[in-house]
Amino acid sequence: MLIVSLIGVPLVGALLISQAGRWPNVREAITLITAATLFGLATQLIDPVVNGAGASLSVAEPIPGLEIAFDVEPLGLIFTLLASLLWFVTSVYGIGYMRGGNEPRQTSFYAFFAIAISGAMGVATAGNLLTLFIFYEVLTLSTWPLVTHKQNDAARAGGRTYMGVLLGTSIGLLLPAIIWTWVVAGTTDFVPGGILVDRMGPTAAAILLTMFVLGIGKAAVMPMHRWLPAAMVAPTPVSALLHAVTVVKAGVFTITKVVVYIFGLDFLATVPLEKYLVYLAGFTVVAASIVALKQVEIKRMLAYSTISQLSYIVLAALVLAPYAEIGAAVHIVAHAFGKITLFFCAGAIYIASKKTRVDQLRGIGLRMPWTMVAFAIGALSMIGVPPTAGFVSKWYIIAGAFQVDNFFVLAVFMASTGLNAAYFLPIVFRAFFRPEDQAPPKEHGEAPWPMVAALTFTAAGTILFFVFNGPIVDIEARMLEVAR
Amino acid sequence: MTILEWMPFSVLVPLIAAPLCALLPGRVMPWSLAMLAVIASAAISALVLPAAVDEPLRYAFGNWPPPFGIEYYVDAVNAFLALLISAMAVVILPWARKSVNQEVPERQGPFYALFLLAMSGLMGITLTGDAFNVFVFLEISSLSTYALIAHGQRRAALLASFRYLIMGTLGATFYLIGIGLLYIATGTLNMADLAERVPEVSDTRAVRAAFGFIVVGIGLKLALFPLHRWLPGAYANAPSAVTVFIAATATKVAVYILLRLVFTVFGVEFALDMPYREVFFTLGIIGILFASISAIDQPTAKRMLAYSSVAQIGYIALAISLVSVEGLAAGLVHIFNHALMKGALFMAVGAVIYRLGTNRVEDFAGLAKSMPWTMLAFVLAGLSLIGVPLTAGFISKWALIQAAIAQDNWVAVAVVLVGSLLAVIYIGRIAEAAYLRPAPENRAPIREVGPWMMVPLWLLIAANFWFGIDTSLTLDTATRGAEVLMGVGP
Repeated sequence: MLIVSLIGVPLVGALLISQAGRWPNVREAITLITAATLFGLATQLIDPVVNGAGASLSVAEPIPGLEIAFDVEPLGLIFTLLASLLWFVTSVYGIGYMRGGNEPRQTSFYAFFAIAISGAMGVATAGNLLTLFIFYEVLTLSTWPLVTHKQNDAARAGGRTYMGVLLGTSIGLLLPAIIWTWVVAGTTDFVPGGILVDRMGPTAAAILLTMFVLGIGKAAVMPMHRWLPAAMVAPTPVSALLHAVTVVKAGVFTITKVVVYIFGLDFLATVPLEKYLVYLAGFTVVAASIVALKQVEIKRMLAYSTISQLSYIVLAALVLAPYAEIGAAVHIVAHAFGKITLFFCAGAIYIASKKTRVDQLRGIGLRMPWTMVAFAIGALSMIGVPPTAGFVSKWYIIAGAFQVDNFFVLAVFMASTGLNAAYFLPIVFRAFFRPEDQAPPKEHGEAPWPMVAALTFTAAGTILFFVFNGPIVDIEARMLEVAR
Repeated sequence: MTILEWMPFSVLVPLIAAPLCALLPGRVMPWSLAMLAVIASAAISALVLPAAVDEPLRYAFGNWPPPFGIEYYVDAVNAFLALLISAMAVVILPWARKSVNQEVPERQGPFYALFLLAMSGLMGITLTGDAFNVFVFLEISSLSTYALIAHGQRRAALLASFRYLIMGTLGATFYLIGIGLLYIATGTLNMADLAERVPEVSDTRAVRAAFGFIVVGIGLKLALFPLHRWLPGAYANAPSAVTVFIAATATKVAVYILLRLVFTVFGVEFALDMPYREVFFTLGIIGILFASISAIDQPTAKRMLAYSSVAQIGYIALAISLVSVEGLAAGLVHIFNHALMKGALFMAVGAVIYRLGTNRVEDFAGLAKSMPWTMLAFVLAGLSLIGVPLTAGFISKWALIQAAIAQDNWVAVAVVLVGSLLAVIYIGRIAEAAYLRPAPENRAPIREVGPWMMVPLWLLIAANFWFGIDTSLTLDTATRGAEVLMGVGP
């Protein structure tokens, strides 16, 4: 029942929003109430899942022996909590953004946003690959109207790339991988320890794993990353929540689930080609950082930074060390807070000053101190400097690399830390310590207060997570105990 | 009367109603009679299906015992298809009313009479157990379909109809030659009887030639690549209601009769001896790729969907070329599911034609604003065509890919997936125009269509999702039917 309401509440919200288009205040109130309700419901899951009771549900059986079923496990719980909490924050922010920017078609914007969240809830709580795939596609399809929101040529082109890559990878690689898994194992349930052990030779398993890693296009492992920069034509709240948190995390979440519950860590360790995928993820980390270095649009730079950070998680999941698995889960949360802060800042800058380029930001820190301090915190978290969230996950992932003596991972992290610093720190520096080139055409201060409140909240979260990450780590450690 | 005695009436009711219909004046009366006839036919089919799944129903006409007389032979395979045809007719006729009023304003009595004839012909092909009787019904349905297509508003409809007539007649003649050869070789026309006698003479040249003639002949009716040339023109130029009906049923029946003859009459081993597998596999694959790519740059939505239909026939050909229970089941399930999705898609396009008078792709610009429910239906049915989960199309794709993987046939898997992605492109073209492009400024304001068109359309959309989630009717019956065809199972 709880799971049904997790998926159903945002859908009901979407329905109500679509009917309330004439009264913007009612419409926004519905969004906020729905988001708050959803987070409340998600917290109800903590107890049963942490105590090991779990929560599962079977709905229908479209293919004999294959059900649409839900089962919440620790990783899914974290994803649920994260997405619902940040949805609320983003809704507050979005109200400021959409009104401040006088965006058209706000009703359909809020409605599709809610549907996308519903899809994310389904991904988080899916009990098998089929169910996960269903909601994975719901998420893809419901975000297309959001990406193409502006309805101009750039939006249409971006939307085409977005759909092309995401549907192409999911139908072309992920779906056959799922069916193959089902033909081999007779089930697609997420079972601790995996379902493919002794059912598949190492070479076949290596091909299957490659199909999964590349087929889950939402994880944006190169060369399947092009959709993410393309998605930046969307309004910033969409980029912030969906393309820094929900959609992309659904991708890495799926990869982690496949690694832990479909293959199993012990079985994967025997797969020969596995280490090449580690190299691919490592390459993505470094290459995306280098590309980010050359970007002039703030949002595109952040998108490439996201590609790089997502591959941290994929890399961590594929290192197959217990600490690294914890690090992967922690980084899902840590990166979410840091990156959503950065996007919130980019949107705030755009609404306040219409600036979108990195080289326009000289001296802006004096006009928008709250925003740029938050930006600095987010940037430090991306680099992995204490006391920010990014440091915690990096710690666990590197500890995991030492557990299995994987020095390649170590080298990747060192290189990427340097690169991250190289593209984030100059922005912060120029914003505070360089004078403005010329006075802006219109005097401006901070963006509307809901936006500032939201970005302050997430920036504070980025710092607090450094101190209070215990519960998340505990929950993940429990998952690994069960998985062993 | 028992179910067995009721069963032939699912063909006879529309057949008898047709001439009456032709005599009725005006618009309301012919339509009402046609509606009553198809409802009766569908009700009977619905009752027959559960009975036929357990044990085949055999009805001898005029009490002439087979193989001397004509018998109807109904098992899981054709009972399923008969229900599909008659149920689609029930859903389509209410939709057709408005559209036909606009596109065929005069002499609707004969029009609905032709519709009933076409439908009863298809039902007859499906239910009969006599190979020559198949030919008779094939001609009944084909001739009435040519006439129906010629009712299209534009002059091109006459040409398209004439083309179809030539190709269709060639196909029927080939089929007849094949049946004639079989009759010479075995002395019987009853399919069950043929099935027993063909193995004795199976290494004669006559029987091999018969197989070739029959496969090519039906291949023409089926629009199997490269014999598909008549189909896009026929679909694009026929009145919308006719397009919906023939797209949802006619080629499906041709697939059925192919399966019945190849697997029941000739038998699996004979087919494997002939290049059946290779031919259908190759043509299926080329058909999927060629037709999907052709669909992308068609100027009108109807032509695009027509090429998509050719591609879907490729899927079915690919499925039945696997010669396994899973493969045949995938083919049969896709026959059913494709009727649902393509019916809905043509209905949505037909609704646009009804309001807008055109269906060129660029004319869809901005339609999502003025016809939101029609366009939403189009997109949802399109998702089913692509094979997105929770839709009927997903079940088809899953079944087909599973059957291919079970034989380690990775080429088939790859082609099916590429086909799906090409479908994303051609459905996406229309969706993008409708949702993301502004309506031309000189267009007169248009309204959404009324409930007569909307309700049947959304019934089909609902069915697309229902059969994507609950597959107990479709997948189970198809598997049962595949077992019957392969001659295995209980």
